[in-house]
Amino acid sequence: MKWQTVLGFEVHVELSTRSKMFCGCPADHFGKPPNTQTCPVCLGLPGALPVPNAKAIEWCIKLGLALGCQINLFSKFDRKNYFYPDLPKGYQISQYDLPFCHSGSLTLSSGKIIRITRVHMEEDTGKLQHAQIDGQKVSLVDFNRSGVPLVEIVTEPDFDNTDDAMEYLKEIQLIVRTLGISSADMEKGSMRLEANISVRKGGQATLPKYKIEVKNVNSFRFVKKAIEFEVVRQIEILSAGKIPVQETRGFNETTGETFTQRLKEVANEYRYFPEPDIPPLVFTKDQISVWQSELPKLPDQKRRELTALGITAEKSGMLVADPQRLSLYEQLIDHRIPSPKAAEAAINVPGNLVDNPTAVLNWISEKTAVSVDPQIIIQTVSRVINDNPKAVSDYQAGKQASLYFLVGMVRRELGNADAGQITEELKHQL
Amino acid sequence: MPKALHQLTLEEALAGLKNRDFTSHDLVSACLDQIKKYDSGIHAFLEVNDQALKEAESPRPGPLSGIPVAVKDNFLTPGLTTTASSNILKGYLPHYESTVTARLKAAGAIVIGKTNMDAWAHGSSTETSDFGATLNPWNTAHLPGGSSGGSAAAVAADMCIFAIGSETAGSIRQPAAWCGVTGFKPTYGRVSRYGVIAMASSTDSPGPLAKTAADAALVLQIIAGLDPYDATSSPRPVPDFFNNLKIKIKNLRIGLPWEYLEVMQPDTRRLVEKAADEFIRMGHQVESISLIHPKYSIGVYTVVQRSEVSSNLARYDGLRFGSPRSGFGEEAKRRIMLGTYTLSSGYYDQYYNQAQKVRTLIVDDFTRAFEKYDLIINPASPGPALKVNATLNEPMFGEMQDILVEPSSIAGLPGFSVPCGFIDGLPVSFGLIGPQFSEALVLSAARNYQQATQWHHAKPRL
Ligand SMILES: [Zn+2]
Repeated sequence: MKWQTVLGFEVHVELSTRSKMFCGCPADHFGKPPNTQTCPVCLGLPGALPVPNAKAIEWCIKLGLALGCQINLFSKFDRKNYFYPDLPKGYQISQYDLPFCHSGSLTLSSGKIIRITRVHMEEDTGKLQHAQIDGQKVSLVDFNRSGVPLVEIVTEPDFDNTDDAMEYLKEIQLIVRTLGISSADMEKGSMRLEANISVRKGGQATLPKYKIEVKNVNSFRFVKKAIEFEVVRQIEILSAGKIPVQETRGFNETTGETFTQRLKEVANEYRYFPEPDIPPLVFTKDQISVWQSELPKLPDQKRRELTALGITAEKSGMLVADPQRLSLYEQLIDHRIPSPKAAEAAINVPGNLVDNPTAVLNWISEKTAVSVDPQIIIQTVSRVINDNPKAVSDYQAGKQASLYFLVGMVRRELGNADAGQITEELKHQL
Repeated sequence: MPKALHQLTLEEALAGLKNRDFTSHDLVSACLDQIKKYDSGIHAFLEVNDQALKEAESPRPGPLSGIPVAVKDNFLTPGLTTTASSNILKGYLPHYESTVTARLKAAGAIVIGKTNMDAWAHGSSTETSDFGATLNPWNTAHLPGGSSGGSAAAVAADMCIFAIGSETAGSIRQPAAWCGVTGFKPTYGRVSRYGVIAMASSTDSPGPLAKTAADAALVLQIIAGLDPYDATSSPRPVPDFFNNLKIKIKNLRIGLPWEYLEVMQPDTRRLVEKAADEFIRMGHQVESISLIHPKYSIGVYTVVQRSEVSSNLARYDGLRFGSPRSGFGEEAKRRIMLGTYTLSSGYYDQYYNQAQKVRTLIVDDFTRAFEKYDLIINPASPGPALKVNATLNEPMFGEMQDILVEPSSIAGLPGFSVPCGFIDGLPVSFGLIGPQFSEALVLSAARNYQQATQWHHAKPRL
């Protein structure tokens, strides 16, 4: 029997606003000494009240606009009630039935449309640290992250394969970075992925009656692995005539397996109700069109502009994914290098030349492609991967630039071997 | 016989200080003596500020310079414990100051102590305080009302020049009525809630308990106005309430809702009708009107308030404030459970949503009434102070006592409670409410009434 994967995503992005969502504390919490960026509001002290951060709201709506969403002109915050030690108020301020943005979409390179259910605003929680003090196992709470603005982007279960999923996730990261609203750095937790995974029989039109949520995965590669593991696990259960238990699972990076974290609470036991401390928010159409007009050129538009100039879709994608090389490309154009050739050079030039257009111009004139034995390319690539674990893990965490670094390392050994060939081989081995 | 210092109204005390008839030190010390003499029998205070006299030696200059104020124990005051009369926060020393007390202090007022209340403001008797009940200065066999019962009793017993309370539905006006003082609940959003331990966030309103309407105007002037720390505080400019009192008001159209009179005890009702007659004598029109029956507000208020309470009390999770959740008193536990239930899936539409719909109807009802009438007479309580222990085994005690003020509270309207007579030695008050942000008019009407009557000058024999 043929099985079909059903995937949907919830992506959390921490905004890089100056202050937190509801108080004046700095939002940049990474690597700061514990509990040094707190106040009565983000500590949930008695009597403290939230005052919403207008910049964060603007950025959330701009992200929604970039994803083609409708904007609710009348919106509000809601309380999501649950107990957890990292949640000082006993509730999270989030949005329930009137999110800022809803009903958007993102088109993949294949032309497939992924529906965006909603883009809403909420606050991040504190962070638990498990430690040992005087031989005692203790859990410590750091509230520096408490109240940091968090945007959640939710899709419909529109994916049926991991390649589309990876393309979607990377595109979200790119859009967020293009808007300049977050570093979207997964290692630092400023972009977090949750996959909703289930499996149905091929041809079945209705959604499966269960879904497994896999949480806390901090790289694109691991998300892919987690999904692949889950699909196999679920097919096994379904083939035995059973239905997987609805639950939240974590991912073990060492074993490559997912594991039970907690059984999923029944839907809506969060006792959502409108946050009485914050009046409803009303936006005008004019305000929204101003924000729409302020959006920078988005990756999709840039790619289309490049392909229109005769650059292949793949190369357009590579350029747009790498702001440094894209800027180099634009400088080469200014030096009257024809588009396809400039794109070729911007992609293939060694990493140490990327921010030196003059050197690149020389490099172009000197460059003659040398043909190299494919076997030698394979061996060299494999050696370079082994010698550069940091670059490899950076690439797997989503840093495109690391790929070019690796290409550069291979070419350092092989001279002017064809960069396209090397890139292919690197991707293959990674 | 001239008044003793502690008996002075705020207006008189300010004039005396200005004339150097006495010092702030004299005034604070007179109030402290009064506390020392009588508070063991009344228990209005949970903590007296032992620095008050020292602070009175060189009070900060300002419109309330050197005036002793008693503050309800749900306002955060660094240096003085703040417990909301609950065991959960026993001994809690706050890290920051409420906007209201910060503004009072900046105006030169001296916080003389923290007053008792129903624990978490859950009640209308001050009998549910985890630290023991407050008793009514007019007759200690009776309750002072609540939840701001300590503040009302402190003003009635002249232990301060004025006091600060907070009202969710009746918590200023009802104890003011039972203790025979002048209590004013401003429009929701007129006075900042920052640093006030939240009860029901959508209706909590801090306000003054004072000896006269003019005093209330002086206090409101200081505490009202936009606060960047409270997103629900109103950006509307604050009028000059006190000078506004000098403008003569005439020909007001005042509504007297028969549905409200209907739920009152007959003798209390007669005194309220007499107060209405007084307005006619002063040249205003009073007409019988019809409003949505106040009984419907009990349901709305109970559902909305319990829902908000269940969420507001979640932060006392046993991890950070030193006391486990089992330390909550019976009333708090009941409210948390009821609120958790009304917000639960499957019940939300039936309770919370339904309550919000009825709330809208009540708001619209008042809006329509205020198209025709400037003010509405709205007594704070169906009768005078009840006896001690009246709340025992009466989980809905507060709602039954506050039935008359719950409609205006859920509509966020400003309202006064003004003394208008006595029954068996216990004070009775009538109430006035106006449209949102009509504080100036409500204050003027109350002031006019007090210029024509003497009830607010009566003092209990301690
Ligand atoms: Zn903060």
